Amino acid sequence: MSLVNVPVKEQTAGLTTAADAAAEARMFRRPSEWRIFWEAFSQDRLALGAATLIGLVCLASLLAPVLSPYDPTVGDNAQRLAPLGTPGHLLGLDGQGRDILSRLLWGGQVSLIIALLPVTVASVISVILGLVAGFFGGKVDMLIMRTLDVFFAFPAVLLAVAIAGVLGPGMLNVMLSITIVLIPYISRVAYMATVTVKNELFVDQARVSGARPRQILFHHILPNTLSPVIVYGSTLVGIMIVLGAGLSFLGLGITPPRPDWGIMCSDGRNFLSVAPHVSAVPGIMLILVAMSFNIVGDGLRDALDPKLRR
Amino acid sequence: MIKFLVYRVATIVPVLFGVSIVVFLMMKLIPGDPAEALLGPAATTEKIEMVRKSLGLDQPFYVQYFRWLWKVLQGDFGSSIAVNVPVAQLVWPKFWNTVLLTAGSLVICIVVGLGVGIVSGTRQYSWFDRISMSLTLIVANTPAFWLGLILMVVMALYLGWFPATGMYSMRASSKTWGDLIHHMVLPAITTASVSAAIIARLVRSSFLDVIRKHYITALRAKGLSERDIILRHGMKNAMPPIINIVGLQVGYLMGGALFTEVVFSWPGIGLQIYSSIVARDLPVVQAAVLVTTFVFVLVNLGTDIVVAALDPRIRRA
Repeated sequence: MSLVNVPVKEQTAGLTTAADAAAEARMFRRPSEWRIFWEAFSQDRLALGAATLIGLVCLASLLAPVLSPYDPTVGDNAQRLAPLGTPGHLLGLDGQGRDILSRLLWGGQVSLIIALLPVTVASVISVILGLVAGFFGGKVDMLIMRTLDVFFAFPAVLLAVAIAGVLGPGMLNVMLSITIVLIPYISRVAYMATVTVKNELFVDQARVSGARPRQILFHHILPNTLSPVIVYGSTLVGIMIVLGAGLSFLGLGITPPRPDWGIMCSDGRNFLSVAPHVSAVPGIMLILVAMSFNIVGDGLRDALDPKLRR
Repeated sequence: MIKFLVYRVATIVPVLFGVSIVVFLMMKLIPGDPAEALLGPAATTEKIEMVRKSLGLDQPFYVQYFRWLWKVLQGDFGSSIAVNVPVAQLVWPKFWNTVLLTAGSLVICIVVGLGVGIVSGTRQYSWFDRISMSLTLIVANTPAFWLGLILMVVMALYLGWFPATGMYSMRASSKTWGDLIHHMVLPAITTASVSAAIIARLVRSSFLDVIRKHYITALRAKGLSERDIILRHGMKNAMPPIINIVGLQVGYLMGGALFTEVVFSWPGIGLQIYSSIVARDLPVVQAAVLVTTFVFVLVNLGTDIVVAALDPRIRRA
């Protein structure tokens, strides 16, 4: 159904006026893109479950001020290193007697933002870079893509650690370093998509019909570059949650006493033999959330690609 | 092939040049004057000026850059601020230790990744396939530093099978390979985990792809054994994308080894970078990042050449 209708829409876009197009849309009663996407995505139970988990974790972290039973920075020294299931402290206490559940909730805010924001910012920058380089080609292409090749040459983890290390600890610096590391990767995806779409017949058709370059760029090419970037980006969020936590683990990220899941893992290092849960719990949280983003990424890929829709 | 070789080798020259500029500029971004930092708060203005001059900091940026590059090309990375020895002397032995760890991890990656991938790919939807693919999904998203801690707790602290930290036993009279490997097992598994999972998944999908090709059906019809079909004929066409990803993972291993080295106190380049960052010993960070990236670029070059040698279609593109 959607496969039949897409070319019709694309062909008429360059020819007819907006009013005609609207009339035609009413005539066809074509389900919206969102509807099609949702129908495909909701079929995928695993992806739906993962998305729900992400939603719940985000919500719980946002509501940390309300939900969190204790202050995440103030400890109760009498009960330090209390194990899982201690009355009043479901996930136990850490080395400074701080409630692990409360720290997990507050830490979620940092660990999620530290990945979500850089991926979003880097995606916007990368789409612009990839689109410009791919669409205009020639010298612009050379300048942008060869510069990015230089950043691509560094092992990603090393570059992130080096930039974060040079800039010094702090939330903003971590996000900046992650953004810089991501741009070459996402730009390549946006660039490849742009070049592929640019050579499709429907773009030639639009050009022949007299569409201006701006129209072609924003109306025909941009929408087709976005879906691979969104798919790639959602997978990257998971990887970046782990990397961001890693930087905090090294002490190059968030500065204590503010909790984040990486720092929490690091806090437990000195008590591994007596209280492994202090490190284990935040690590399991990291795995669950990172894996969920990965699964959602796969689900999005299947749902956004008409060829993979069943 | 020669044309491809020349072209591919030529492309790394501007990249390496760019890398050196980025590394140079990165260290210039640091807030504060290195001369002041070197002399401490009690220094007089004249003295700072003198040191600035002797370090060449009064020169324009591009002059400083080319001076630095000229020295680097001769293997002179300056001296470490923290321990006052030539950086090269400090970095090379550490680099060798990281190469050992990376090699160990790579062996695990290839054995586990290929083994699991091939079995899963040829027995799609079997119980082995389902379990191993769920496991790889979990392992691929497990932070290496966390896995390191867990392995340390279980294998070193509780079971006592492997040492928890270091590269050689303190009490041993001489450094033996056996002792080294015994120390390397846990760090190598930790470093390899994510890459092995990624490789296993890719090998599986690569095999699924190949096994549906018509020539495989033709070979089956011809009566070849399943083993011969997969290992001799399937392997050949499944290999190029696999080698490609393995090459990429080598770079990932070298970067990811940083976390492992910090957790297990493995005296490699990652631990050196980490401790130099903490000590703000920037010439060492600069040299270590540069050397690691240089090797990473060379590994990628080697991978591309091997893939092109195996697959004529890529050479022509």
